[in-house]
Amino acid sequence: MSDRVTLTIDNVQLPGRPGQTILEAADEAGIYIPRLCHLKGLQPFGSCRVCTVLVNGRPQAACTQPISQGMVIESSTEQVREIRKDLIDMLFVEGNHFCMFCEKSGNCELQAMAYRFGITAPRYPYMFPSRAIDASHPDIMIDHNRCIRCARCVRASRDLDGKEVFGFVNRGPHKELAVNAAARLVDTNVDVTDQAIDVCPVGAILKKRTAYAVPIGRRKYDHTPIGSEIEGARSQ
Amino acid sequence: MSDLRHGIRDICQAHGNDPSRMMDIVQTVQVRYGCVGDEAIDLIATTVSTPRVRVASLVSFYAFFSSRPRGQVVIRLCNDIIDRMHGSARSARAFFDDLGITFGQTTPDGLISLESVPCIGLSDQAPAALINDVPVTYLTSDAAHDIVMQLRAHMDPQKLVKSFGDGNNAHPLVRSVVRNNIRLPGPIIFSRGVRGEAIRKALGMSPAEVIRTVKTARLRGRGGAGFPTGMKWEFCRSADGARKFVVCNADEGEPGTFKDRVLLTERADRLFAGMTIAGYAIGAGEGMLYLRGEYAYLRAFLEDVLTTRRRDHLLGVAILGKKGFDFDIRIQMGAGAYVCGEETALISSCEGLRGDPKTRPPFPAQKGYLGFPTVVNNVETLCCVPKILEEGPATFGGHGSPGSSGTKLLSISGDCLRPGIYEVEFGIALNEVLKLAGADDAIAVQVGGPSGQLIGPKDYARKICFDDLATGGSIMTFGPGRDVLKTAACFMDFFVDESCGYCTPCRVGNVLLKERLERIRSGRGEPGDLDYLQRLGTTVKTASRCGLGQTSANPILTSLANFRPRYEAVVKANKDGFNSSFDVRAAVSEAEGIAGHSSVIYPQATEER
Repeated sequence: MSDRVTLTIDNVQLPGRPGQTILEAADEAGIYIPRLCHLKGLQPFGSCRVCTVLVNGRPQAACTQPISQGMVIESSTEQVREIRKDLIDMLFVEGNHFCMFCEKSGNCELQAMAYRFGITAPRYPYMFPSRAIDASHPDIMIDHNRCIRCARCVRASRDLDGKEVFGFVNRGPHKELAVNAAARLVDTNVDVTDQAIDVCPVGAILKKRTAYAVPIGRRKYDHTPIGSEIEGARSQ
Repeated sequence: MSDLRHGIRDICQAHGNDPSRMMDIVQTVQVRYGCVGDEAIDLIATTVSTPRVRVASLVSFYAFFSSRPRGQVVIRLCNDIIDRMHGSARSARAFFDDLGITFGQTTPDGLISLESVPCIGLSDQAPAALINDVPVTYLTSDAAHDIVMQLRAHMDPQKLVKSFGDGNNAHPLVRSVVRNNIRLPGPIIFSRGVRGEAIRKALGMSPAEVIRTVKTARLRGRGGAGFPTGMKWEFCRSADGARKFVVCNADEGEPGTFKDRVLLTERADRLFAGMTIAGYAIGAGEGMLYLRGEYAYLRAFLEDVLTTRRRDHLLGVAILGKKGFDFDIRIQMGAGAYVCGEETALISSCEGLRGDPKTRPPFPAQKGYLGFPTVVNNVETLCCVPKILEEGPATFGGHGSPGSSGTKLLSISGDCLRPGIYEVEFGIALNEVLKLAGADDAIAVQVGGPSGQLIGPKDYARKICFDDLATGGSIMTFGPGRDVLKTAACFMDFFVDESCGYCTPCRVGNVLLKERLERIRSGRGEPGDLDYLQRLGTTVKTASRCGLGQTSANPILTSLANFRPRYEAVVKANKDGFNSSFDVRAAVSEAEGIAGHSSVIYPQATEER
């Protein structure tokens, strides 16, 4: 098997290595494919579907689909953009996301993704679910209202921290994040230094006493849209 | 307290303290203690050394498990559209009245629970229910009253069975009221065969020759997707793995399908022969039958068939004297999750996990059960295999149509004179099928269950085959006066309940689709809502991760395509200029209450619907 393959994303030819996913090859080439559940260093999960692309006309998640020679991929076409907007809208209406007072505002990947796509209000009706807050732990809190079920914390705790503090319970619309205890986070072996605490893309897992420390204007996405760090690599 | 501790220790030990046997462990705890509560979850996790959250995840995923106490007897009334059409609401009312509870509740004495469940595989004898494991069919309100009275007297569901169905339904290990309803036996599945003959022929060939024979017969998967069986076997055979597995998917959950129920009852030997031949072909030593929880009443009978086969050297070490070919089969019970019919979700479930589908690739043939190469085949597919070996691929290939060889089992239910099982040649036109079943006046037919398509008379000349009307076998017929929007709504409820919740479009999108369909049905829909449904449905179909999500919008998308006038008749632009879904009366009612008089601008009299 050759150690190089060539693929095409939105009419741009790029090289890749066998075994890479579409998303990894695109990242290396400085092409940003939007994503929320995926995080470099964690096992691909494929739940948010925001990285959906068309591969030779068939929809696939770029974060889980391995590349192969000659793949023709559509990523920023109108059709694919509209699907992504739908998915981002769905994540907003499914939970209770109040950006104006959320501690994560300006550093939130979901919020940043909405800005990148020019979404000012979701086109779907809010569901206003009733969800709990777990503030039992002295240093960490979970606000289930904001969880997007991306499993980053689940994967990081299991694979990076060597624990299994988080998991999911229930199914369908009732699927929710759970902790490895009968009810409360404080009853688990979680530690505030766990990597699982740092990977949340939204404001669902927060460190206490750290909120609003960075003023508006100096937050992560205040000046450059999400994905710029990858697209920036391309222009250099 | 300590009884629970000892009991769980014994249960876990009986399953080798193996976390991959978690389905069986939890199932046993559920049956013995009536629930798997917090303490039980803790004890199981500690005993098998697995994180607690994994046990909690599994318990919360499957409909047959419960963390809250359930009654000693659980009545599960089927809520499928076919059962509703046959008056299940009257039975439900009788249960409510007699038990003093509604769905999801348990009687105050803790004895009887009542639940509303999706299709239990008895659409041909609806309305139906499961009372613990025992099926009851053709329910009426009188029958429901009688059931409650009897249960209160003896609390033994098996005693409700006063007469037995035909064939093996009357077998001492089944003793069920269920009828087979085989209306049209065909030349492949329901023909006679000589027990052991197919395996003997297969063992006379090399595994590669067996695969070639199946390929020559052009056998394709009967579950609906139609993947070539021989090719699947070949992938698995050529994959590296210290162990290999054959898994039979008997998690028949598509509403309106019940063919596997009949095959398991009447053709179990042939099914196990098919699995054994598959095992020989791919080089597997182990097979699993994943049996849906709803068919638990067949388990003892199937175990007995397996025991007899072991005794006759059709299973076990050196099958039929063939040195080096050892193969055995165990039954893995499911526990009420439609998504487990998806082959990777089924494998997750076999591994003792919640039934989340797995990321593909890798495909099961490369990395399946516990990471080993695994073939997953449908019950009907495996039942075709012995016939191919017995009579040769040419005979099998001579049946059906060029792209779809052999016969197909159809499960027909709904508004028809002769609901039941039909073994038809692939390529038969739908209107022929409707004639056979006595459904000539159908105004709509759901082909392939909720994940398939709802079609109208203009499509009745189309053919049942992989290239035209592909179906796993569910055919639901709707006669004059039936409401296709109600059908679509019922199916959307089903998908909302059965989504695993892993990916965004299926978890959220189906709820949104349902919300807008209900708005339209209630008369508050606007013309723009039809485009909204189309767009949203397309996103769910396109972006979902597995087959469930990719087909879950079909009830809406296909009814929109084929019955658009029905939608157009109920959506309307609102005359007062408000969004139709905005209820001005409700909006001003609180203010009216405070003001003490009705609105001057929007008085009640002008309200229009």
